[in-house]
Amino acid sequence: MGADVKPLRTAAEAALIARFQAAANSLPGDSATGRRRTEAFDRFEKTGLPTRRIEEFHYTDLRALLRDAPEPAARPDAAVAATVLAHNAAFPAPLAIPSLDFVNGYLVSQPPAIAGVDIVALDAALAAGDALTGRIGALELAQDNPMLALNTAFMAEGAIVRVSKEAGDAGLQLRFANAADAPFSSAPRVLVIVDDGASLDLIETHAGASGLAYQVNAVVEIIAGDGARVNHTRINAEGDAAQAVSTLSVSLGADVRFSSFGLTTGPAMSRHQIFLGCAGEGADITIGGATMLRGRQFADTTLTLDHAVPNCNSRELFKTVLDDESTGVFQGKIIVRQHAQKTDGRMMSAALLLAENATMNNKPELEIFADDVQCAHGATCGQLDDDLLFYLMARGLPRKQAEALMVEAFLGEPLEFVAREDVRDNLVALVEGWLAARG
Amino acid sequence: MAAVQETVDRVKAIDVDQYKYGFETVLETEKAPKGLSEDTVRYISAKKNEPEWMTQWRLDAFRRWQTMVEPTWARVDYPKIDYQDAYYYSEPKNFSGPDSLDDVDPEILKTYEKLGIPLREQELLAGVKTSKVAVDAVFDSVSVATTFKEELKKVGVIFCPISEAIREHPELVKKYLGSVVPASDNFFATLNSAVFTDGSFVYIPEGVRCPMELSTYFRINERNTGQFERTLIIADKGSYVSYLEGCTAPQRDEHQLHAAVVELVALEDAEIKYSTVQNWFPGDAEGKGGIYNFVTKRGDCRGDRSKISWTQVETGSAITWKYPSCILRGNGSNGEFYSIAISNGRQQVDSGTKMIHLGKNTTSRIISKGIAAGKSDNTYRGQVSAHRKASNARNFTNCDSLLIGDQCGAHTVPYIESKNASAVFEHEATTSKISDDQMFYCMQRGLSDEEAVALIVNGFVKDVLQHLPMEFAVEAQKLISISLEGSVG
Repeated sequence: MGADVKPLRTAAEAALIARFQAAANSLPGDSATGRRRTEAFDRFEKTGLPTRRIEEFHYTDLRALLRDAPEPAARPDAAVAATVLAHNAAFPAPLAIPSLDFVNGYLVSQPPAIAGVDIVALDAALAAGDALTGRIGALELAQDNPMLALNTAFMAEGAIVRVSKEAGDAGLQLRFANAADAPFSSAPRVLVIVDDGASLDLIETHAGASGLAYQVNAVVEIIAGDGARVNHTRINAEGDAAQAVSTLSVSLGADVRFSSFGLTTGPAMSRHQIFLGCAGEGADITIGGATMLRGRQFADTTLTLDHAVPNCNSRELFKTVLDDESTGVFQGKIIVRQHAQKTDGRMMSAALLLAENATMNNKPELEIFADDVQCAHGATCGQLDDDLLFYLMARGLPRKQAEALMVEAFLGEPLEFVAREDVRDNLVALVEGWLAARG
Repeated sequence: MAAVQETVDRVKAIDVDQYKYGFETVLETEKAPKGLSEDTVRYISAKKNEPEWMTQWRLDAFRRWQTMVEPTWARVDYPKIDYQDAYYYSEPKNFSGPDSLDDVDPEILKTYEKLGIPLREQELLAGVKTSKVAVDAVFDSVSVATTFKEELKKVGVIFCPISEAIREHPELVKKYLGSVVPASDNFFATLNSAVFTDGSFVYIPEGVRCPMELSTYFRINERNTGQFERTLIIADKGSYVSYLEGCTAPQRDEHQLHAAVVELVALEDAEIKYSTVQNWFPGDAEGKGGIYNFVTKRGDCRGDRSKISWTQVETGSAITWKYPSCILRGNGSNGEFYSIAISNGRQQVDSGTKMIHLGKNTTSRIISKGIAAGKSDNTYRGQVSAHRKASNARNFTNCDSLLIGDQCGAHTVPYIESKNASAVFEHEATTSKISDDQMFYCMQRGLSDEEAVALIVNGFVKDVLQHLPMEFAVEAQKLISISLEGSVG
């Protein structure tokens, strides 16, 4: 109500507006890109930082959470970048997979040439008017999102990756590490194009120094061609004072096998939004998530899945474990368009509250316009089963250990979505580490 | 899986062009001047011979309403309502609170006869019916008759039009009116608070089990008139009441507004069962005409171990905006919501419930079935929340929807919010959740997979309709047989 009232700008909004006005002319790209930036920023400016008045942000008031908008950090030199990367790894055991490394939002290193994989830095691609830049932000479904628009307005650092069939079973890491003396903000953007029939394991990790109040608004876009296969894994292990907003935007061609799994555990505040659109028939989609929160952490996972064409299957499974006074949010929306017959969509969100004062908000939505489809959603919320706990303790396990066993089993299900063993081992180690820290 | 033919036929049988109650009663009426202003509010208040405090209460609500903006969050789409282009009060000419049915205009009596609503007590007694139902018949803005008042009085039950209650039981009305749905609750509830005309008032004293079903039958008759009824039901400690509500309206090209408020208060160990068969004129197949139904219904389980149960069968109205809710304040209190919403033609339904768990050991259950056909949209919107102190709260929600044809839409928007670790909430929206054991049992006896599912699901729907009182079973009969096979969750 009162939608016509123009809100006063917060300090963060005012800073962003001033920054855009100052930087608009120096950001890379031709006049067409410039227009896109202006359009995107206008869209952002219209709503400002999203509040609960926007239904998609019903539980996450970014206007209140993002109090200021710190300046971006300076580009780190090679030595600093190497130190930051070394000290901020999301994974306990490093992977033997080529990686693109980002420090404080800047692309600092690219892997040696891989057959069938083309990588170009985003700022260079924009400045050179690379044709691939035209495919950035193409997903209609995500157009109105203010945080994505904000990233588009400022996009400069990042990369465009194109994987062709010749690459075989390619693997690529996107490693984001953050550490600096003062709070900063970053808005990296990566576009990954997987050609028809190509295959890619994409592992995206985010880590950062603890105690540093930095802000991230990262965007990863994936465009998968007909018959492609993409396994995406995302770890959010940002620093404990970080505020991390992230967007995964995916558009799928016909007969694509796509899976995405996200583990969230690090930052003080996170909002991960997934937009997925089916453009071709016969896609098979699996999306999983595991979130572990403690202290006063806040994590929001928001998923919008658009079945725009017939004959696609999707499975979504999200698990959240909440300790202390943490708050979890899951919003999932499955849209089935009028002609998207024979769609089969299933979404499940389960939450486990380990402490009295934890909070979980679930909003699993269905929006269906086709009559010959199967869609289901489920949501549960509760604490550990006393009977099971008793059973384990009766067999001599101390309470904490029994709890840990049950939590691990609870989170195990979505972890199965991760096909690569080396990645999954790392995820299990992260879960075990988190449980061990509970004491 | 698409809907089975049997279901398609059943839904067609109650399609918008089959509306049976669309006739109009020609009567001379007396109306408030067109439009809405403080004068209209005073006019209504004066018509009802209300005391000054009530007039002030209405005016306060009206002033607040003027500052409010119509909500837009629901999934309904309609042209802007011109609140000045309608009458807010309409009564049959020379109507002055009839003492007996003989004083009531025979045309009105005929109307109720046609609708099948018994207003004569002796007819009822002579009839084949074994159970009695007390009826309060509301015609546009006035209550024309209330039956069995005397018999109910003997056990201490007060059942009368709310305008009479304001005059004769001001202490009860003052204490409870607006205590569940405050005058400032929402746009439509505030409008209702300013201009409500009639509706029923029920008070069940401590320890009394109401000896018969109570019911109110709402009829909109006059052209260009809105109906704003207000119902208040109070069940004192340890009492029980079952209340039914029915509604119909003539077939017209124009849209008419119906904005009702229903408040239920259940004190310690009391139980209220509230059932609705909503069958307002739905408009024609092209979406012309029909009632805009914006209703605020809320029950407050104020006492420990109290129980409120809502059952609704929704087939009418061009637009339905309705969320019967339970505030589970008392420890161990229980709320239930059973709903079947069927939309046809160009109907738009946005309905659901709220279960607010505040007390310890509170339980709630939500069963909702939405069926959309034609070019209609059917949305389930529900909220379940547990507050910090609601230890051991339990909720089970099941909402299924079924689409017939590819021009309609079914939507599910649940909000599940838990602030207490010991609260257990389960939400599911699928028919595939039938237990394997049940399936095995049926199939072992030779039923095919599909037959087994149909048997179990239909058994389940019947279970929901069982919660409707006998008197409504007939109306609901055709809905009972609707199979939910092909449900899309």
